[in-house]
Amino acid sequence: MTIPYRPIAFGLFALAFAALLFERAQAGGSHFFPPVSDPVVREECGSCHLAYAPSMLPARSWQRMAGDLKNHFGDDASVDTATTARITDYLVANAADTGGRRHGGKLLRGVPAADAPLRITELPRWVKEHREVPARDWKEARSKANCLACHRGAERGDYDD
Amino acid sequence: MNSSQATLLTLAIALSLAARPASAAARDELLADYAVTAKKNNPAFAGFSAARGGVFHRKSFAGGKPDTPACTSCHADDPRAAGRTPAGKAIDAVAVSVSPTRYVDPAKVEKWFRRNCQDVLGRECSAQEKGDWLSYMLSR
Repeated sequence: MTIPYRPIAFGLFALAFAALLFERAQAGGSHFFPPVSDPVVREECGSCHLAYAPSMLPARSWQRMAGDLKNHFGDDASVDTATTARITDYLVANAADTGGRRHGGKLLRGVPAADAPLRITELPRWVKEHREVPARDWKEARSKANCLACHRGAERGDYDD
Repeated sequence: MNSSQATLLTLAIALSLAARPASAAARDELLADYAVTAKKNNPAFAGFSAARGGVFHRKSFAGGKPDTPACTSCHADDPRAAGRTPAGKAIDAVAVSVSPTRYVDPAKVEKWFRRNCQDVLGRECSAQEKGDWLSYMLSR
């Protein structure tokens, strides 16, 4: 019996291509960052601002941030020890270089391994993606922390628009 | 009153207590706690005032952060309207009539008084201030 190599090879190729497309689609063209699913983290990190997706910063950044919640960008966001531990564990486990690598990996481009940036808006990739946003839009959003002003689907993790 | 009337009355009281939502009971308890402290701090304390709470809600203070001089820097002037944080996130209305799930968790209430009083007044709020403000929100 002759083995039909050519059709099999073609089939495998098509399958691999489809898988690649599917993964890209799932990643929302790399503009999908899964929202916070832990209710405690959502509550504690999402009262004053959008609960930023853990895959937007590397684990070392989250560790640094959770280690100094008393001085959180000028605000005292401290919580009790148990809550701090829960928040830290969740963010570290789903960070851009851990569990959330598939979604946030690209955001870490240009970030030196020794750096632990605290502001998502200062990541080189973020700056690049937003360089064409006109000043009047920033004014309307009031703060660069206000993703929702333009990204209407941000709470669902969708940053496509 | 005969015994069946007494039974009916007991039943009616039990029912009315049961019909009172647990959330209201939790808020009453919190207010009662603040009242105990307020009385301890000031023997002349004669109860909370929603009107005083309303004035407090809109008053500007100098001791806190420059960009948040009043409760109304983030919360709406009208407690039934939504507010907005400096980071642009909407804050649910603070009046209980609009946000009926508010003020039932004492730890959460204390957490936000601790943070917000520090930001607005640059100090802790007194039990009287907390009770007044809360009374105002319960009345709205």
